Amino acid sequence: MAGLMAGFGHYTHAVVRGIPASLAKEALRSSQAEVDLAKAQREHEAYVEVLGTRLGLEVVELPADESLPDCVFVEDAAVVCGDTALITRPGAESRRRETELMKGALKDLNLNIVEMADENATLDGGDVLFTGREFFVGLSKRTNQRGAEILADAFKDYAVSTVPVLEGLHLKSFCSMGGPGLIVIGSSEPAQKALKIMQQMSDHRYDKLTVPDDLAANCVYMNLPNKGHVLLHCTAEEFPESATVFEKLKDHMLIPVSNMEKVKVDGALTCCSVLINKKANI
Amino acid sequence: MTTEVGSETEVKEKAEESAAQPDQSEKAREETQEVANAEGEEKEKEKEKEGKEGKGISRYLPTWLKKQKSLQTSPTKEVSSTEEAVNKVTQEEEGPAPEVNGHAEEVEEKEAVKSEQVKEKEAESHSNASADTEPAKEEKVEESAEKSPEVTTEGEGAEEQKKEQEGEVEGVEEGGGGEGQTSIFQSPLRLVRKTKMKLVVCHVNLLDGTDFSCEVEKRAKGQYLFFKVCEHLNLLEKDYFGLTYTDSHEQTCWLDPTKEIKRQIRSNNWQFAFNVKFYPPDPSLLTEDITRYLLCLQLREDVASGRLPCSFVTHALLGSYTLQAEFGDYEPDQPRPHDYISQRTFAPNQNKEMEEKILELHKSHRGMTPAQADTQFLENAKKLSMYGVDLHHAKDSEGVDIMLGVCANGLLVYKDRLRINRFAWPKILKISYKRNNFYIKIRPGETEQFESTVGFKLQNHRSAKRLWKVCVENHSFFRLNAPEPPTKARFLTLGSKFRYSGRTQAQTRVASSLIDRPAPNFERTSSKRISRSLDGAPVISITEAGRDTAENGRELHSDSKVKEADLSPGDAEATPTQSPMRVHGDNIYVRHSNLMLEDHDKTQEEVLKHQASISQLKRSFMEAPPPSPPQPNQWEKRLTSSPATTIRIQQQQVVNEPQTEAATDDNAISDTKEPAKTTEVEIEETVVVQEVSKAPKPGLVTVTISSPVEQETREQEVKVEEKVEVAEEAKAAKQESISSESESEEEAEYHPNVSISISHTQIPEEKEEDEEKEKKEDKTVEHDAPATEAPSLPAEISQPIEATIQEGEESRKVDAGADKKNAEEQNDGERETEESTDDPMITPDEAPNGFTLPEESVTGMAPPEEEEPKMNGEASLVEAEPRPQVICCSEPPVVKTEMVTISDTFAAQKTEIATKEVPIVHTETKTITYEAAQLDGNGDGEPGVLMTAQTITSESLCTTTTTHITKTLKGGLSETRIEKRIVITGDCDIDHDEALAQAIKEAKEQHPDMSVTRVVVHKETELAEEED
Repeated sequence: MAGLMAGFGHYTHAVVRGIPASLAKEALRSSQAEVDLAKAQREHEAYVEVLGTRLGLEVVELPADESLPDCVFVEDAAVVCGDTALITRPGAESRRRETELMKGALKDLNLNIVEMADENATLDGGDVLFTGREFFVGLSKRTNQRGAEILADAFKDYAVSTVPVLEGLHLKSFCSMGGPGLIVIGSSEPAQKALKIMQQMSDHRYDKLTVPDDLAANCVYMNLPNKGHVLLHCTAEEFPESATVFEKLKDHMLIPVSNMEKVKVDGALTCCSVLINKKANI
Repeated sequence: MTTEVGSETEVKEKAEESAAQPDQSEKAREETQEVANAEGEEKEKEKEKEGKEGKGISRYLPTWLKKQKSLQTSPTKEVSSTEEAVNKVTQEEEGPAPEVNGHAEEVEEKEAVKSEQVKEKEAESHSNASADTEPAKEEKVEESAEKSPEVTTEGEGAEEQKKEQEGEVEGVEEGGGGEGQTSIFQSPLRLVRKTKMKLVVCHVNLLDGTDFSCEVEKRAKGQYLFFKVCEHLNLLEKDYFGLTYTDSHEQTCWLDPTKEIKRQIRSNNWQFAFNVKFYPPDPSLLTEDITRYLLCLQLREDVASGRLPCSFVTHALLGSYTLQAEFGDYEPDQPRPHDYISQRTFAPNQNKEMEEKILELHKSHRGMTPAQADTQFLENAKKLSMYGVDLHHAKDSEGVDIMLGVCANGLLVYKDRLRINRFAWPKILKISYKRNNFYIKIRPGETEQFESTVGFKLQNHRSAKRLWKVCVENHSFFRLNAPEPPTKARFLTLGSKFRYSGRTQAQTRVASSLIDRPAPNFERTSSKRISRSLDGAPVISITEAGRDTAENGRELHSDSKVKEADLSPGDAEATPTQSPMRVHGDNIYVRHSNLMLEDHDKTQEEVLKHQASISQLKRSFMEAPPPSPPQPNQWEKRLTSSPATTIRIQQQQVVNEPQTEAATDDNAISDTKEPAKTTEVEIEETVVVQEVSKAPKPGLVTVTISSPVEQETREQEVKVEEKVEVAEEAKAAKQESISSESESEEEAEYHPNVSISISHTQIPEEKEEDEEKEKKEDKTVEHDAPATEAPSLPAEISQPIEATIQEGEESRKVDAGADKKNAEEQNDGERETEESTDDPMITPDEAPNGFTLPEESVTGMAPPEEEEPKMNGEASLVEAEPRPQVICCSEPPVVKTEMVTISDTFAAQKTEIATKEVPIVHTETKTITYEAAQLDGNGDGEPGVLMTAQTITSESLCTTTTTHITKTLKGGLSETRIEKRIVITGDCDIDHDEALAQAIKEAKEQHPDMSVTRVVVHKETELAEEED
C-alpha cells in the first residue's frame, strides 16, 4: 500500500492544452522575441506525443482559448500532489481565467479540488517545486507569500519553504527535479543561490545536477512502470552543453524535447503539462 | 506467594505472545500451560537474568497482571479499581498457585531450579530491602510480594529498582502497588513512610488517557516520579519521554528529573502528564514494540488535536492503522467499528467522509498485527513535516510574528505555515537567551568569514527560557551522538544551570541494545476490548476522554505560546544591544557531570555494567583501524534516523545550584547584566554548541557513563582536539584520534559546505568534555576529588564515588593526553600557530564553587561582522557585537566574570541534596590579573575555533582548559592562533599557588612553545542564596 509520499514521479495522466493563435502576439514574455506560431504548435504536438504515445500517459487535452494567449502553460493553473489539486490564482491578471477549464478537468479526474479564494494571494504553478518530500515555493513576480501559505494549507503533510526568486520568471525557470532527491539546477548565480537556500531549508539531502544553462535546468521527470526513470529535457540543438550534462544520467530514459519557440514566451518543459497520478496515495 | 510470583514471571513472557487475551483468569490458566511448555527455554534465561538482577522483587511478578489491572481500573477509575484489584488478586492467587504445581510437575528439573531461584531471589530481595531500608520497608516488601500482581509490574522495574534500592527502595515498591491499586497497598506503605517523610500523591495522565497516581516524598525529584511512571508502563526505552506539568502561567513545562518536583511545580497541584519529549526520527529503530506503541498514542493525540497537521488522506491512513492496531481486522459484521470511529477523534475536522475513508482503508490492512499496524502508523507519521516539531511563538527582529520550531535536526522558523528559515544544529554555534530575547549564533557559511547572530523576541522571559531549554535538550539528545561509536559526548555546552540530564539518543540506543527481556506483554487500549467484544465502547470512550485531557494540556502549551508572542519591533531593536554581551558568552561553558548523567538513574551496578559495555565499545573502537571519517550523508542519516542514539546527560544534576552558579558565572560574564549577583544567572543562559570539525568529526562528547568511561572519555577528548586540528588539516592521521574520540564526538558537521574554520569560544565548566588541558589539570583536580562530600542519599553516593574514580583515571590518561596534546601542538604548528596562550586562572578559594570565567577564551570569538544566512530576510539578525567579547577577553579585570560556580560532579550530586539548602551566591569578587603584553591579539575579534574545552571538577577544585583557535585572514594570509586557557577553580582548601604552578608546568610541558600571557586570580565570596 502506498503510504505517504511514496512513488515520486509516478504519473498516469497528463493534462495539456492547445496553443492559441494569440500566443504569438499576445502571450506574456520577458523578451521581445518573435514566435513562430506554427513551429510552436509543432513543438507542442511533439511534446504531447511523447507524453501520450511514447510514455503511455493518459493525456487530457484541453482546447486552446484565444482569449487566453498563455493558456498552453497549464502548469501555472494548478498544483497537483497526490489526490489533491490546488487551483491557483495566477499572478498575471490576464491568466486568471485559465484555471476554469483546468479545474473542470481535474474535477473530472476525481481529484480533491482546493481553490485559492483569497484575492490577495497569487501563485503560479511554475513557482512550485515539489521534490517528493517537500515543497519549495518561489516568491516571484507571480507568486506571493499568501499564495504560498494557501498551498501549504492545501498540502499539510509537507513542509513548504519559500525561496526568493530574484531573477527569471519562476522558480522552475532555473531548476526542476531530475529524479528522486535530484535537483537539476542552472549555473547562474541566482540559481545557485536559490539552491543553497533550498538546501539550507530542507531536512533532506538532495543531490544536484548543475547544467550550464538555467533554462535547460527545467526538465520533466517521471518514474513510469516498465520505463523506470524518464527525463524529458532540452535538446542538444538548444543547449548543447547542458544536453551533454543530461546524458550523464545513465539510469534515466532520456528524451530530448524541443522547446525553442515556447521558450520565447517563457515557457519551459514543465510548463506545458500537469502530471497526475490517479493511483496516488492510497 | 513468593513462589507463585516466580512462576508468574515466566507466565508473563509467554503471555506476551498471545495478543488477544480472553480474561485474566483464562490467561493465567493458558499461560500456565504455555509456561510449562516454554519454561524450559526461558527458565534458563531467566535464571541468568535473575542471577544478575535478582534484586527486585517486582521483576518476578508478571507484567500482564499489572497492566490488566491498570487498564481495567483506569476506565472505571478508582472505585472500580479497588474491586478489580481485589478480584485480580484473587485471580492471581488462584492462577499462580496451580501454576506452581504445574511447573513442578511438568518442568521438573527446571522448575526445581526455578523455585530455588525464586526463593533465593526473595531472600535477596528481603535482604536487600532490609539492608537498604529499614524494617518498616521490609514489611512493605513483603506486602508487595503478597500483592505480587502489582509489584509484578516490570522487568524494568527491577533495574530501576536497583537504582532506587540504594536510596529509595520504598518508592519502588510503591510504584508497583500504586499503579493500579493504590488504594489497597498504599495505605500500609504510607504509614511506614510517613514516619520518614511527607508523602504527596501525584497524578499522572498517561498517553492512553488513564490516570496513574502514586505517592512520592514531598522532596522527591522529578526523576523519581518519572521512573515510577515508566515502571508502571513497563517502559524501558524511556529516554524519549518525559513528564510535563502546567505552571502557574498555564504553560506546560517539562519536569526536570534532576530537580525536586516541589520546587518546579510551585503549587499544590501535583498533576502531571506523561508525554513524548523527543520524537525519534526513525521509530523503526526503537527496540521495543511497547515504546512504539506509546509513541503512537502520543502521535494520535497530536494528530487528533491538530498539533501535527496532516492532509485528509493522511488522516484517514493514520486512522485506519489505529483501527487495525486496536481492533484488529476489519469485521464487516461487527457494527462496532462504526460507532467506535465516530466516537473517536482522528482528526480535528473529522467528518463522515473521513470516517468512511478510514474504514475503507482499514479493510485493506487485514492480517496486519497490532505491532505492524503501529509500525506503519509511525512510518507515515514520521514523514509529516511537523513530526516532532515543538513550536514556539516568537517575533523576528522586525516584530513579525513567526513560529520557532525545535526538532531533531535543528531550529525551524515558520511564518504562518511557511518555513522561512532553518538552522540545522551543526550550523548553530551558540544558543542563548536574555530576558525575552532568544539568540542563536550561526556558523559562518563557506563564503562567510564571520559568525552571525540571529535574535528572536519571545513574549517574556519565561518563554524565552523555555525555548532555550527545549533547544538545549533537543540538541543534546539528537545531536550529541557520535557518528560512529555509540558513545558520544556532547559538545554542547549549556551555559546556564540547565542542561539536558538524560541520555542522548546514542546512549539510549546503546542501552536499548542491551535490553534483554522478552517483549513485554501489553495491551493496546482498545484491542483488548475488541477481542472480547464486551465493553469495547465504554473503554474506548474513556480512553478518549483521557486523551482529550492530555490534548488540552498540550493545547495549553500552544496557547500559552501564542500568548507570549507579542513584541514590539522596538524591542527587537533593543535586542542587538544586549546581544553583544552575550556574544561574549561565546565562551562555552562546558559543564559536565559526565558520570552523573547516565548513571543517575541507575544503580551503581547498572552504571558499572553500562560503563563497562561502553568502555568495551570504545576499546574496540580504538583498536579498530581508524575509521574513515564518516561521510556527511551517513552522519545525517544517523542523526536523523537513530532514535536511540541519545545519550542523556544529566544536566540537572549539574544544573543543581552549584552548577547553576557556574553557569551563571558564564552568563554573567557574557551578559552585562548584574554580574555581581548570581541571581541573574537565570536570566541569560547560553548554550554553546561546539562542533569541532565538520563531517568526520567525532564529537567531543562528554561521556557520562561510568568512571572507566571517563578515562576513556578524557582520552577521547584529547584526541578530539587532535582531531579537530586534523580535521582542519584533513589528514589521515585524524582517523585514529577520531576513533578514540568518536565516543565523545559532539557534532560532526556533515555540511560539506561549511568552511573549515569554525570559531568557537567555549568555556568549559566542568568535566570530561573538555579536552587536553583538563587532563593536566585533572591531576590536580584529582587530589581534591576525595574531598567530595558524601551525598546524603545513598544513590547519589554511588555517583560521587565513580567520579572520584574517574578522576583518578583521568590523571593516568593525562599522560596519554599529554602526548596527544603534543601531537596536536605539532599540528598546530603546522597551521602556523602564531601564539598560543595558556592562561591558567586560579580562583582561590573562598567561594567553594568559585569558577573561573571562560570569558577570556571567548575573546577570540567575537565576530567582527555578522553574516547572516537569512534566507528570506525574515530571520532577524541580531548583531553580534564583537567588541564586547573583545572587552571581556582583553580586559584583564574581567571581573565581570560572573562568578561561575562550578559545581563538581560531586558537587552537583551533592547539590541536589545539599545545594538546595545552601545556595551559593557569590557576592564579592576579586580578580587579579597578570597579563603579558602579548595578549592583545585575542581582542581582534576574529572568529576563533574552540578546539577543546575541558573542565575537570573535583569537589574543591575545578580545572577548565579551553583551547581556542583563531584563524584570521589577512590579505590572503591566514594566521592561526592557538590559545589555551586553563582555569582552576576551587574552594578555600585549594592551594592556588601549587595548583597554578602545576597547571603551568603541565602546560609548558605539553606546549613548550607556548607562553603564559596572563594569570588571573579571582576570589569570590559566597553569599548564600537560593536559586531556583
